[in-house]
Amino acid sequence: MRTRDLSSGFGVVISALCAGLAAAILLLILGYVAREGAGALTWTYLSQIPRPVNVPGGGVANGIVGSFIIIGIAALIAVPIGTLAGIYLALYGRSWFAETTRFLADVLSGVPSIAIGLFAYTVFVAPFKHFSAVSASIAFAVLMLPLIIRTAEESISRVPVRIRESALAWGISSYAATIHIVVPAARSGMITGLLLALARVTGETAPLLFTAFGSQFWELNPTNPMAELSLQVFTYAISPYEDWHRQAWAGALLLIIAVFILNVGARFALRTQTRR
Amino acid sequence: MNASIQALEQRHVRRSLVSDRAFVLFIYLATLLFVATVLGLFAMLLLGSWTSIREFGFSFLWTSEWNPITGRFGALPMIYGTVVSSLTALVLAGIVGVFGAAYLADFAPRFISVPLSFLIELLAAVPSVVFGLWGLFVLAPVLRTVVDPFLQAHFGMVPLFSGPIFGSSLFTAGILLAIMIIPTISAISRDVIAAVIPEHREGSLALGVTRWETMWHVLLPGARSGIFGACILALGRAFGETIATTMVIGNKPAIAASLFAPSYTLASVVANEFTEATTDMYLSALIELGLLLFVVSMIVNAAARVLTWTLLRPSKGR
Repeated sequence: MRTRDLSSGFGVVISALCAGLAAAILLLILGYVAREGAGALTWTYLSQIPRPVNVPGGGVANGIVGSFIIIGIAALIAVPIGTLAGIYLALYGRSWFAETTRFLADVLSGVPSIAIGLFAYTVFVAPFKHFSAVSASIAFAVLMLPLIIRTAEESISRVPVRIRESALAWGISSYAATIHIVVPAARSGMITGLLLALARVTGETAPLLFTAFGSQFWELNPTNPMAELSLQVFTYAISPYEDWHRQAWAGALLLIIAVFILNVGARFALRTQTRR
Repeated sequence: MNASIQALEQRHVRRSLVSDRAFVLFIYLATLLFVATVLGLFAMLLLGSWTSIREFGFSFLWTSEWNPITGRFGALPMIYGTVVSSLTALVLAGIVGVFGAAYLADFAPRFISVPLSFLIELLAAVPSVVFGLWGLFVLAPVLRTVVDPFLQAHFGMVPLFSGPIFGSSLFTAGILLAIMIIPTISAISRDVIAAVIPEHREGSLALGVTRWETMWHVLLPGARSGIFGACILALGRAFGETIATTMVIGNKPAIAASLFAPSYTLASVVANEFTEATTDMYLSALIELGLLLFVVSMIVNAAARVLTWTLLRPSKGR
Protein backbone atom coordinates (compact mmCIF):
# COMPACT_ATOMS: atom_id res chain seq x y z
CA MET A 1 0.00 0.00 0.00
CA ARG A 2 2.71 2.39 0.98
CA THR A 3 4.70 1.86 -2.26
CA ARG A 4 1.55 2.38 -4.30
CA ASP A 5 0.89 5.69 -2.57
CA LEU A 6 4.50 6.63 -3.08
CA SER A 7 4.47 5.83 -6.80
CA SER A 8 1.17 7.65 -7.15
CA GLY A 9 2.68 10.70 -5.50
CA PHE A 10 5.67 10.39 -7.79
CA GLY A 11 3.44 10.34 -10.88
CA VAL A 12 1.53 13.38 -9.69
CA VAL A 13 4.77 15.27 -9.06
CA ILE A 14 6.10 14.38 -12.54
CA SER A 15 2.85 15.60 -14.09
CA ALA A 16 3.01 18.82 -12.11
CA LEU A 17 6.59 19.35 -13.27
CA CYS A 18 5.53 18.90 -16.90
CA ALA A 19 2.74 21.46 -16.57
CA GLY A 20 5.11 23.77 -14.70
CA LEU A 21 7.80 23.34 -17.34
CA ALA A 22 5.48 24.55 -20.12
CA ALA A 23 4.50 27.62 -18.11
CA ALA A 24 8.12 28.24 -17.09
CA ILE A 25 9.25 28.25 -20.74
CA LEU A 26 6.65 30.89 -21.51
CA LEU A 27 7.84 33.06 -18.63
CA LEU A 28 11.45 32.51 -19.68
CA ILE A 29 10.75 33.68 -23.23
CA LEU A 30 8.65 36.61 -22.04
CA GLY A 31 11.30 37.64 -19.57
CA TYR A 32 14.04 37.48 -22.15
CA VAL A 33 12.08 39.45 -24.75
CA ALA A 34 11.13 42.06 -22.15
CA ARG A 35 14.73 42.44 -20.97
CA GLU A 36 16.25 42.68 -24.43
CA GLY A 37 13.39 44.61 -26.00
CA ALA A 38 12.68 47.23 -23.35
CA GLY A 39 16.05 48.92 -23.84
CA ALA A 40 15.56 49.44 -27.56
CA LEU A 41 11.91 50.42 -27.31
CA THR A 42 12.32 54.18 -27.51
CA TRP A 43 10.25 56.99 -28.95
CA THR A 44 12.62 57.12 -31.93
CA TYR A 45 11.97 53.44 -32.54
CA LEU A 46 8.21 54.00 -32.57
CA SER A 47 8.17 57.18 -34.60
CA GLN A 48 10.86 56.87 -37.28
CA ILE A 49 11.32 54.72 -40.34
CA PRO A 50 14.35 52.45 -40.85
CA ARG A 51 17.75 54.01 -41.54
CA PRO A 52 20.03 52.58 -44.21
CA VAL A 53 22.21 49.61 -43.26
CA ASN A 54 25.08 50.51 -40.90
CA VAL A 55 23.49 53.81 -39.89
CA PRO A 56 22.41 53.16 -36.30
CA GLY A 57 19.04 54.37 -35.06
CA GLY A 58 15.82 54.58 -36.93
CA GLY A 59 12.64 52.72 -36.13
CA VAL A 60 9.71 50.73 -37.35
CA ALA A 61 6.95 53.35 -37.58
CA ASN A 62 6.25 52.36 -41.19
CA GLY A 63 5.93 48.73 -40.14
CA ILE A 64 3.51 49.52 -37.34
CA VAL A 65 1.32 51.57 -39.67
CA GLY A 66 1.67 48.86 -42.32
CA SER A 67 0.47 46.21 -39.87
CA PHE A 68 -2.62 48.25 -39.11
CA ILE A 69 -3.38 48.79 -42.81
CA ILE A 70 -2.82 45.16 -43.85
CA ILE A 71 -4.70 43.67 -40.91
CA GLY A 72 -7.44 46.31 -41.15
CA ILE A 73 -8.16 45.49 -44.79
CA ALA A 74 -8.04 41.77 -43.98
CA ALA A 75 -10.66 42.30 -41.26
CA LEU A 76 -12.85 44.33 -43.64
CA ILE A 77 -12.84 41.35 -46.02
CA ALA A 78 -13.11 38.53 -43.51
CA VAL A 79 -15.64 39.92 -41.02
CA PRO A 80 -18.64 40.35 -43.38
CA ILE A 81 -18.08 37.09 -45.23
CA GLY A 82 -17.31 35.14 -42.07
CA THR A 83 -20.24 36.55 -40.10
CA LEU A 84 -22.75 35.93 -42.89
CA ALA A 85 -21.46 32.39 -43.41
CA GLY A 86 -21.66 31.86 -39.64
CA ILE A 87 -25.29 33.04 -39.65
CA TYR A 88 -26.03 30.65 -42.49
CA LEU A 89 -24.49 27.71 -40.64
CA ALA A 90 -26.27 28.56 -37.39
CA LEU A 91 -29.74 29.08 -38.88
CA TYR A 92 -29.82 26.88 -41.96
CA GLY A 93 -26.97 24.54 -41.18
CA ARG A 94 -28.45 21.09 -41.61
CA SER A 95 -27.68 20.44 -45.24
CA TRP A 96 -24.70 18.52 -46.58
CA PHE A 97 -23.49 21.84 -47.99
CA ALA A 98 -23.36 23.34 -44.50
CA GLU A 99 -21.67 20.22 -43.17
CA THR A 100 -19.05 20.52 -45.92
CA THR A 101 -18.51 24.18 -45.07
CA ARG A 102 -17.95 23.32 -41.40
CA PHE A 103 -15.54 20.61 -42.35
CA LEU A 104 -13.60 22.92 -44.67
CA ALA A 105 -13.48 25.66 -42.04
CA ASP A 106 -12.11 23.24 -39.45
CA VAL A 107 -9.56 21.82 -41.82
CA LEU A 108 -8.53 25.18 -43.29
CA SER A 109 -7.67 26.43 -39.81
CA GLY A 110 -4.80 23.94 -39.78
CA VAL A 111 -3.44 24.69 -43.25
CA PRO A 112 0.04 26.25 -43.00
CA SER A 113 -0.06 30.00 -43.52
CA ILE A 114 2.74 29.75 -46.06
CA ALA A 115 0.52 27.69 -48.38
CA ILE A 116 -2.15 30.38 -48.09
CA GLY A 117 0.50 32.98 -48.84
CA LEU A 118 1.42 31.08 -52.01
CA PHE A 119 -2.26 31.11 -53.00
CA ALA A 120 -2.40 34.89 -52.54
CA TYR A 121 0.78 35.15 -54.60
CA THR A 122 -0.51 33.11 -57.54
CA VAL A 123 -3.83 34.98 -57.62
CA PHE A 124 -2.99 38.55 -56.66
CA VAL A 125 0.74 39.06 -57.16
CA ALA A 126 1.84 36.97 -60.15
CA PRO A 127 -0.78 38.33 -62.62
CA PHE A 128 0.19 41.94 -61.77
CA LYS A 129 3.92 41.18 -61.45
CA HIS A 130 3.86 43.46 -58.41
CA PHE A 131 3.96 42.78 -54.66
CA SER A 132 1.19 44.54 -52.76
CA ALA A 133 -0.22 45.02 -49.27
CA VAL A 134 -3.68 44.01 -50.53
CA SER A 135 -2.45 40.55 -51.49
CA ALA A 136 -1.17 40.17 -47.92
CA SER A 137 -4.57 41.29 -46.62
CA ILE A 138 -6.26 38.62 -48.71
CA ALA A 139 -3.95 35.93 -47.35
CA PHE A 140 -4.69 37.18 -43.82
CA ALA A 141 -8.43 37.24 -44.53
CA VAL A 142 -8.30 33.57 -45.56
CA LEU A 143 -6.42 32.84 -42.32
CA MET A 144 -9.04 34.69 -40.26
CA LEU A 145 -12.14 33.21 -41.91
CA PRO A 146 -12.31 29.77 -40.26
CA LEU A 147 -12.14 31.26 -36.77
CA ILE A 148 -14.68 34.00 -37.53
CA ILE A 149 -17.10 31.56 -39.17
CA ARG A 150 -16.99 29.01 -36.38
CA THR A 151 -17.26 31.53 -33.53
CA ALA A 152 -20.10 33.36 -35.30
CA GLU A 153 -21.96 30.09 -35.79
CA GLU A 154 -21.34 29.01 -32.23
CA SER A 155 -22.40 32.24 -30.57
CA ILE A 156 -25.52 32.55 -32.74
CA SER A 157 -26.50 28.95 -32.01
CA ARG A 158 -26.24 29.76 -28.31
CA VAL A 159 -28.89 32.48 -28.53
CA PRO A 160 -32.04 30.77 -27.18
CA VAL A 161 -34.45 29.78 -29.96
CA ARG A 162 -37.27 31.35 -27.90
CA ILE A 163 -35.83 34.82 -28.51
CA ARG A 164 -35.96 34.28 -32.24
CA GLU A 165 -39.39 32.70 -32.07
CA SER A 166 -40.91 35.48 -30.00
CA ALA A 167 -39.54 38.01 -32.47
CA LEU A 168 -41.12 36.07 -35.33
CA ALA A 169 -44.39 35.83 -33.40
CA TRP A 170 -44.53 39.63 -33.35
CA GLY A 171 -44.66 39.54 -37.11
CA ILE A 172 -41.07 40.61 -37.70
CA SER A 173 -39.63 39.13 -40.84
CA SER A 174 -37.09 36.39 -40.43
CA TYR A 175 -34.43 38.64 -41.90
CA ALA A 176 -35.10 41.45 -39.40
CA ALA A 177 -35.29 39.01 -36.49
CA THR A 178 -31.87 37.68 -37.44
CA ILE A 179 -30.14 40.99 -38.02
CA HIS A 180 -31.75 43.12 -35.33
CA ILE A 181 -32.36 40.61 -32.56
CA VAL A 182 -30.40 37.37 -32.84
CA VAL A 183 -27.08 38.74 -34.09
CA PRO A 184 -26.88 41.56 -31.50
CA ALA A 185 -27.56 39.00 -28.78
CA ALA A 186 -24.59 36.98 -30.03
CA ARG A 187 -22.36 40.02 -30.38
CA SER A 188 -19.85 39.42 -27.61
CA GLY A 189 -19.10 35.90 -28.79
CA MET A 190 -18.46 37.19 -32.27
CA ILE A 191 -16.19 39.95 -30.94
CA THR A 192 -14.21 37.25 -29.13
CA GLY A 193 -13.78 35.40 -32.41
CA LEU A 194 -12.71 38.56 -34.20
CA LEU A 195 -10.13 39.43 -31.54
CA LEU A 196 -8.67 35.91 -31.63
CA ALA A 197 -8.51 36.04 -35.42
CA LEU A 198 -6.76 39.42 -35.22
CA ALA A 199 -4.32 37.99 -32.70
CA ARG A 200 -3.58 35.10 -35.02
CA VAL A 201 -2.68 37.28 -38.01
CA THR A 202 -0.82 39.86 -35.92
CA GLY A 203 1.72 37.18 -35.10
CA GLU A 204 1.82 35.85 -38.64
CA THR A 205 4.85 36.43 -40.84
CA ALA A 206 5.25 33.71 -43.45
CA PRO A 207 2.64 34.81 -46.04
CA LEU A 208 4.02 38.36 -46.01
CA LEU A 209 7.35 37.30 -47.49
CA PHE A 210 5.95 37.16 -51.01
CA THR A 211 2.81 39.30 -50.72
CA ALA A 212 3.49 42.52 -48.80
CA PHE A 213 7.23 41.93 -49.31
CA GLY A 214 8.29 44.74 -46.97
CA SER A 215 9.59 48.24 -47.55
CA GLN A 216 12.15 50.57 -46.04
CA PHE A 217 10.01 53.63 -46.67
CA TRP A 218 6.71 55.20 -45.74
CA GLU A 219 4.10 53.48 -47.83
CA LEU A 220 0.38 54.07 -47.39
CA ASN A 221 -0.87 52.86 -50.76
CA PRO A 222 -2.14 49.30 -50.30
CA THR A 223 -1.44 48.37 -53.92
CA ASN A 224 2.30 48.80 -53.30
CA PRO A 225 4.75 46.68 -51.31
CA MET A 226 4.48 47.64 -47.66
CA ALA A 227 6.44 47.20 -44.44
CA GLU A 228 4.90 45.10 -41.67
CA LEU A 229 6.11 44.81 -38.09
CA SER A 230 6.50 41.03 -37.79
CA LEU A 231 8.20 40.90 -41.19
CA GLN A 232 10.64 43.58 -40.01
CA VAL A 233 11.38 41.55 -36.89
CA PHE A 234 12.16 38.54 -39.08
CA THR A 235 14.37 40.49 -41.50
CA TYR A 236 16.25 42.20 -38.66
CA ALA A 237 16.70 38.97 -36.72
CA ILE A 238 18.40 37.07 -39.55
CA SER A 239 20.53 40.07 -40.56
CA PRO A 240 24.19 40.19 -39.48
CA TYR A 241 23.92 43.65 -37.84
CA GLU A 242 24.06 44.12 -34.09
CA ASP A 243 21.84 47.22 -34.14
CA TRP A 244 19.17 45.40 -36.15
CA HIS A 245 19.18 42.53 -33.66
CA ARG A 246 18.46 45.05 -30.91
CA GLN A 247 15.58 46.41 -32.97
CA ALA A 248 14.28 42.88 -33.61
CA TRP A 249 13.96 42.32 -29.84
CA ALA A 250 12.09 45.60 -29.44
CA GLY A 251 9.76 44.64 -32.30
CA ALA A 252 9.20 41.22 -30.73
CA LEU A 253 8.22 42.93 -27.49
CA LEU A 254 5.72 45.11 -29.36
CA LEU A 255 4.24 42.06 -31.12
CA ILE A 256 3.86 40.15 -27.86
CA ILE A 257 2.18 43.11 -26.18
CA ALA A 258 -0.26 43.48 -29.10
CA VAL A 259 -1.09 39.78 -29.24
CA PHE A 260 -1.57 39.49 -25.49
CA ILE A 261 -3.84 42.53 -25.38
CA LEU A 262 -5.97 40.94 -28.11
CA ASN A 263 -6.09 37.61 -26.27
CA VAL A 264 -6.99 39.14 -22.94
CA GLY A 265 -9.60 41.28 -24.70
CA ALA A 266 -11.07 38.13 -26.24
CA ARG A 267 -11.37 36.53 -22.80
CA PHE A 268 -12.95 39.66 -21.41
CA ALA A 269 -15.51 39.84 -24.23
CA LEU A 270 -16.43 36.21 -23.68
CA ARG A 271 -16.90 36.76 -19.98
CA THR A 272 -19.41 39.57 -20.53
CA GLN A 273 -21.50 37.15 -22.57
CA THR A 274 -21.51 34.27 -20.12
CA ARG A 275 -22.35 36.61 -17.28
CA ARG A 276 -25.42 37.92 -19.04
CA MET B 1 -60.22 51.63 -47.19
CA ASN B 2 -60.34 48.22 -45.66
CA ALA B 3 -59.32 46.71 -48.93
CA SER B 4 -56.38 49.03 -49.24
CA ILE B 5 -55.14 48.09 -45.79
CA GLN B 6 -55.44 44.49 -46.80
CA ALA B 7 -53.54 45.21 -49.98
CA LEU B 8 -50.93 47.01 -47.93
CA GLU B 9 -50.58 44.05 -45.61
CA GLN B 10 -50.43 41.72 -48.54
CA ARG B 11 -47.70 43.77 -50.09
CA HIS B 12 -45.90 43.96 -46.75
CA VAL B 13 -46.01 40.23 -46.33
CA ARG B 14 -44.80 39.71 -49.85
CA ARG B 15 -42.03 42.23 -49.45
CA SER B 16 -40.86 40.69 -46.23
CA LEU B 17 -40.84 37.34 -47.90
CA VAL B 18 -38.76 38.77 -50.72
CA SER B 19 -36.35 40.35 -48.26
CA ASP B 20 -36.17 37.07 -46.35
CA ARG B 21 -35.40 35.16 -49.48
CA ALA B 22 -32.86 37.76 -50.55
CA PHE B 23 -31.22 37.53 -47.14
CA VAL B 24 -31.01 33.76 -47.21
CA LEU B 25 -29.60 33.94 -50.71
CA PHE B 26 -27.10 36.54 -49.55
CA ILE B 27 -25.76 34.53 -46.63
CA TYR B 28 -25.80 31.43 -48.82
CA LEU B 29 -23.60 33.24 -51.34
CA ALA B 30 -21.19 34.34 -48.60
CA THR B 31 -20.88 30.71 -47.50
CA LEU B 32 -20.43 29.63 -51.10
CA LEU B 33 -17.69 32.25 -51.51
CA PHE B 34 -15.84 30.73 -48.59
CA VAL B 35 -16.16 27.20 -49.95
CA ALA B 36 -15.06 28.42 -53.38
CA THR B 37 -12.01 30.08 -51.81
CA VAL B 38 -10.90 26.83 -50.20
CA LEU B 39 -11.38 24.92 -53.45
CA GLY B 40 -9.68 27.79 -55.30
CA LEU B 41 -6.73 27.51 -52.95
CA PHE B 42 -6.21 23.91 -53.96
CA ALA B 43 -6.82 24.65 -57.65
CA MET B 44 -4.40 27.57 -57.78
CA LEU B 45 -1.63 25.68 -56.00
CA LEU B 46 -2.15 22.77 -58.39
CA LEU B 47 -2.10 25.11 -61.37
CA GLY B 48 0.99 26.92 -60.11
CA SER B 49 2.92 23.70 -59.63
CA TRP B 50 1.79 22.12 -62.91
CA THR B 51 5.07 22.81 -64.73
CA SER B 52 6.98 21.01 -62.03
CA ILE B 53 4.48 18.16 -61.67
CA ARG B 54 4.62 17.49 -65.43
CA GLU B 55 8.40 17.56 -65.47
CA PHE B 56 9.22 15.47 -62.42
CA GLY B 57 6.03 13.51 -61.68
CA PHE B 58 6.15 11.49 -58.50
CA SER B 59 9.94 11.35 -58.57
CA PHE B 60 9.71 14.86 -57.05
CA LEU B 61 8.92 13.12 -53.78
CA TRP B 62 11.88 10.74 -53.62
CA THR B 63 14.78 12.37 -55.43
CA SER B 64 17.12 14.45 -53.35
CA GLU B 65 18.75 16.81 -55.82
CA TRP B 66 17.64 20.41 -55.24
CA ASN B 67 19.57 22.41 -57.80
CA PRO B 68 18.24 25.72 -59.15
CA ILE B 69 21.15 26.00 -61.58
CA THR B 70 20.59 22.73 -63.41
CA GLY B 71 16.85 23.02 -62.83
CA ARG B 72 16.54 19.60 -61.16
CA PHE B 73 14.24 19.58 -58.18
CA GLY B 74 13.54 16.81 -55.71
CA ALA B 75 11.91 17.32 -52.33
CA LEU B 76 13.29 14.36 -50.40
CA PRO B 77 15.77 16.31 -48.18
CA MET B 78 12.99 18.73 -47.19
CA ILE B 79 10.52 15.93 -46.58
CA TYR B 80 13.14 14.24 -44.40
CA GLY B 81 13.88 17.46 -42.50
CA THR B 82 10.19 18.21 -42.01
CA VAL B 83 9.36 14.71 -40.78
CA VAL B 84 12.36 14.34 -38.46
CA SER B 85 12.08 17.80 -36.88
CA SER B 86 8.32 17.37 -36.41
CA LEU B 87 8.63 13.88 -34.93
CA THR B 88 11.34 15.06 -32.53
CA ALA B 89 8.97 17.84 -31.50
CA LEU B 90 6.04 15.45 -31.16
CA VAL B 91 7.91 13.03 -28.89
CA LEU B 92 9.08 15.81 -26.56
CA ALA B 93 5.85 17.80 -26.60
CA GLY B 94 3.75 14.65 -26.36
CA ILE B 95 5.35 13.62 -23.07
CA VAL B 96 5.29 17.09 -21.52
CA GLY B 97 1.87 17.99 -22.94
CA VAL B 98 0.00 14.82 -21.94
CA PHE B 99 1.49 14.60 -18.44
CA GLY B 100 0.89 18.32 -17.99
CA ALA B 101 -2.69 17.87 -19.14
CA ALA B 102 -3.14 15.03 -16.65
CA TYR B 103 -2.06 17.39 -13.88
CA LEU B 104 -4.26 20.25 -15.06
CA ALA B 105 -7.33 18.08 -15.63
CA ASP B 106 -7.26 15.97 -12.50
CA PHE B 107 -4.48 16.37 -9.92
CA ALA B 108 -4.13 20.13 -9.62
CA PRO B 109 -6.27 22.17 -7.25
CA ARG B 110 -8.35 24.82 -9.02
CA PHE B 111 -6.29 27.76 -7.84
CA ILE B 112 -3.28 26.25 -9.56
CA SER B 113 -4.87 24.71 -12.66
CA VAL B 114 -6.69 27.89 -13.75
CA PRO B 115 -3.68 30.25 -13.88
CA LEU B 116 -1.38 27.49 -15.17
CA SER B 117 -3.78 26.67 -18.01
CA PHE B 118 -3.97 30.36 -18.81
CA LEU B 119 -0.17 30.63 -19.04
CA ILE B 120 0.08 27.58 -21.29
CA GLU B 121 -2.65 28.98 -23.54
CA LEU B 122 -0.73 32.25 -23.78
CA LEU B 123 2.25 30.23 -24.98
CA ALA B 124 0.11 29.36 -28.01
CA ALA B 125 -0.41 33.06 -28.68
CA VAL B 126 3.28 33.98 -28.88
CA PRO B 127 4.05 34.90 -32.53
CA SER B 128 6.24 32.36 -34.29
CA VAL B 129 8.75 35.04 -35.28
CA VAL B 130 9.29 35.67 -31.56
CA PHE B 131 9.91 31.96 -30.98
CA GLY B 132 12.33 32.08 -33.90
CA LEU B 133 14.17 35.09 -32.49
CA TRP B 134 14.47 33.46 -29.08
CA GLY B 135 15.46 30.15 -30.66
CA LEU B 136 18.16 31.80 -32.74
CA PHE B 137 19.79 33.92 -30.03
CA VAL B 138 19.08 31.98 -26.83
CA LEU B 139 18.11 28.36 -27.44
CA ALA B 140 20.57 27.53 -30.25
CA PRO B 141 23.70 28.75 -28.40
CA VAL B 142 22.69 26.90 -25.22
CA LEU B 143 22.09 23.68 -27.14
CA ARG B 144 25.33 24.00 -29.09
CA THR B 145 27.56 24.66 -26.11
CA VAL B 146 25.87 22.71 -23.32
CA VAL B 147 23.13 20.25 -24.24
CA ASP B 148 24.40 18.82 -27.54
CA PRO B 149 27.95 18.07 -26.27
CA PHE B 150 26.42 16.42 -23.20
CA LEU B 151 24.18 14.20 -25.31
CA GLN B 152 27.07 13.39 -27.63
CA ALA B 153 29.33 12.45 -24.73
CA HIS B 154 26.79 10.00 -23.33
CA PHE B 155 24.89 8.76 -26.39
CA GLY B 156 27.44 9.48 -29.12
CA MET B 157 27.36 5.87 -30.37
CA VAL B 158 23.78 6.44 -31.59
CA PRO B 159 24.01 7.95 -35.11
CA LEU B 160 21.36 10.53 -34.16
CA PHE B 161 23.74 12.14 -31.68
CA SER B 162 26.99 11.76 -33.60
CA GLY B 163 28.94 14.05 -35.91
CA PRO B 164 29.85 17.71 -35.78
CA ILE B 165 27.55 19.97 -33.76
CA PHE B 166 25.82 22.96 -35.31
CA GLY B 167 23.70 25.51 -33.43
CA SER B 168 21.23 25.69 -36.30
CA SER B 169 20.16 22.09 -36.59
CA LEU B 170 17.33 19.59 -36.78
CA PHE B 171 17.57 19.18 -33.01
CA THR B 172 17.25 22.91 -32.30
CA ALA B 173 14.27 23.10 -34.66
CA GLY B 174 12.72 20.03 -33.03
CA ILE B 175 12.97 21.50 -29.53
CA LEU B 176 11.64 24.88 -30.62
CA LEU B 177 8.74 23.20 -32.42
CA ALA B 178 8.07 21.10 -29.32
CA ILE B 179 7.70 24.27 -27.25
CA MET B 180 5.34 25.68 -29.87
CA ILE B 181 3.04 22.64 -30.02
CA ILE B 182 2.85 21.87 -26.28
CA PRO B 183 -0.18 24.17 -25.86
CA THR B 184 -2.08 22.34 -28.64
CA ILE B 185 -1.46 18.94 -27.07
CA SER B 186 -2.03 19.95 -23.47
CA ALA B 187 -5.18 22.04 -24.07
CA ILE B 188 -7.00 19.35 -26.07
CA SER B 189 -5.74 16.50 -23.88
CA ARG B 190 -6.90 18.35 -20.78
CA ASP B 191 -10.38 18.73 -22.25
CA VAL B 192 -10.71 15.11 -23.34
CA ILE B 193 -9.39 13.81 -20.00
CA ALA B 194 -11.89 16.02 -18.20
CA ALA B 195 -14.62 14.72 -20.51
CA VAL B 196 -14.17 11.07 -19.46
CA ILE B 197 -17.38 9.90 -17.75
CA PRO B 198 -16.95 10.94 -14.07
CA GLU B 199 -18.47 7.66 -12.79
CA HIS B 200 -15.48 5.78 -14.17
CA ARG B 201 -13.07 7.94 -12.24
CA GLU B 202 -15.14 7.90 -9.06
CA GLY B 203 -15.66 4.16 -9.27
CA SER B 204 -11.97 3.61 -9.60
CA LEU B 205 -11.09 5.89 -6.68
CA ALA B 206 -13.81 4.29 -4.54
CA LEU B 207 -12.15 0.89 -5.06
CA GLY B 208 -9.05 2.25 -3.38
CA VAL B 209 -7.10 2.72 -6.59
CA THR B 210 -4.61 5.57 -6.23
CA ARG B 211 -5.06 8.79 -8.17
CA TRP B 212 -2.10 8.06 -10.43
CA GLU B 213 -3.31 4.54 -11.19
CA THR B 214 -6.76 5.94 -11.92
CA MET B 215 -5.17 8.38 -14.35
CA TRP B 216 -3.01 5.72 -15.97
CA HIS B 217 -5.55 2.88 -16.16
CA VAL B 218 -8.89 4.71 -16.41
CA LEU B 219 -8.71 8.33 -17.53
CA LEU B 220 -5.90 8.20 -20.10
CA PRO B 221 -7.26 5.06 -21.82
CA GLY B 222 -10.72 6.66 -21.85
CA ALA B 223 -9.33 9.78 -23.49
CA ARG B 224 -6.97 7.87 -25.76
CA SER B 225 -8.44 8.69 -29.14
CA GLY B 226 -8.77 12.37 -28.23
CA ILE B 227 -5.15 12.54 -27.09
CA PHE B 228 -4.12 10.78 -30.28
CA GLY B 229 -6.10 13.37 -32.25
CA ALA B 230 -4.40 16.19 -30.34
CA CYS B 231 -1.01 14.74 -31.22
CA ILE B 232 -1.93 14.50 -34.90
CA LEU B 233 -3.17 18.09 -34.86
CA ALA B 234 0.08 19.18 -33.21
CA LEU B 235 2.07 17.22 -35.77
CA GLY B 236 0.23 19.14 -38.50
CA ARG B 237 1.20 22.42 -36.81
CA ALA B 238 4.84 21.35 -36.68
CA PHE B 239 4.82 20.30 -40.35
CA GLY B 240 3.59 23.67 -41.49
CA GLU B 241 5.45 25.94 -39.10
CA THR B 242 7.58 28.20 -41.24
CA ILE B 243 9.22 31.24 -39.73
CA ALA B 244 10.52 29.80 -36.47
CA THR B 245 11.88 26.70 -38.22
CA THR B 246 13.52 28.75 -40.95
CA MET B 247 15.39 30.75 -38.35
CA VAL B 248 16.94 27.78 -36.51
CA ILE B 249 17.19 24.77 -38.83
CA GLY B 250 20.21 25.88 -40.85
CA ASN B 251 18.53 25.76 -44.28
CA LYS B 252 20.70 23.16 -45.99
CA PRO B 253 19.09 20.68 -48.42
CA ALA B 254 21.00 17.60 -47.26
CA ILE B 255 20.06 14.40 -45.51
CA ALA B 256 22.28 13.64 -42.52
CA ALA B 257 21.89 10.91 -39.94
CA SER B 258 22.73 13.27 -37.09
CA LEU B 259 20.17 15.47 -35.37
CA PHE B 260 22.94 18.01 -34.82
CA ALA B 261 23.34 18.66 -38.56
CA PRO B 262 21.63 21.54 -40.37
CA SER B 263 18.62 20.62 -42.48
CA TYR B 264 15.67 22.14 -44.32
CA THR B 265 11.88 21.84 -44.22
CA LEU B 266 9.24 22.13 -46.93
CA ALA B 267 7.92 25.38 -45.51
CA SER B 268 11.30 26.95 -44.87
CA VAL B 269 12.49 26.35 -48.45
CA VAL B 270 9.48 28.26 -49.71
CA ALA B 271 10.06 31.05 -47.20
CA ASN B 272 13.75 31.31 -48.01
CA GLU B 273 13.93 30.89 -51.75
CA PHE B 274 10.62 32.03 -53.20
CA THR B 275 11.52 35.65 -53.81
CA GLU B 276 14.87 34.61 -55.28
CA ALA B 277 13.42 32.06 -57.69
CA THR B 278 14.14 33.26 -61.20
CA THR B 279 13.02 30.47 -63.50
CA ASP B 280 9.47 29.22 -64.03
CA MET B 281 10.52 25.69 -63.13
CA TYR B 282 12.06 26.88 -59.85
CA LEU B 283 8.91 28.83 -58.90
CA SER B 284 6.74 25.92 -59.89
CA ALA B 285 8.77 23.47 -57.80
CA LEU B 286 8.45 25.80 -54.80
CA ILE B 287 4.70 26.07 -55.28
CA GLU B 288 4.54 22.28 -55.48
CA LEU B 289 6.13 22.17 -52.01
CA GLY B 290 3.28 24.45 -50.89
CA LEU B 291 0.76 22.13 -52.52
CA LEU B 292 2.34 19.20 -50.69
CA LEU B 293 2.00 21.07 -47.38
CA PHE B 294 -1.60 21.95 -48.17
CA VAL B 295 -2.62 18.39 -49.04
CA VAL B 296 -0.81 16.83 -46.08
CA SER B 297 -2.26 19.36 -43.64
CA MET B 298 -5.78 18.79 -45.00
CA ILE B 299 -5.43 15.03 -44.46
CA VAL B 300 -3.84 15.43 -41.03
CA ASN B 301 -6.48 17.87 -39.83
CA ALA B 302 -9.34 15.80 -41.19
CA ALA B 303 -7.98 12.81 -39.26
CA ALA B 304 -7.52 14.84 -36.08
CA ARG B 305 -11.03 16.25 -36.40
CA VAL B 306 -12.56 12.79 -36.65
CA LEU B 307 -10.59 11.60 -33.62
CA THR B 308 -11.30 14.50 -31.24
CA TRP B 309 -14.76 15.30 -32.51
CA THR B 310 -16.61 12.26 -31.22
CA LEU B 311 -15.23 12.86 -27.72
CA LEU B 312 -15.55 16.58 -27.34
CA ARG B 313 -18.82 17.24 -29.14
CA PRO B 314 -21.01 14.22 -28.54
CA SER B 315 -24.20 16.29 -28.25
CA LYS B 316 -23.55 18.38 -31.33
CA GLY B 317 -24.25 15.74 -33.87
CA ARG B 318 -25.32 18.06 -36.63
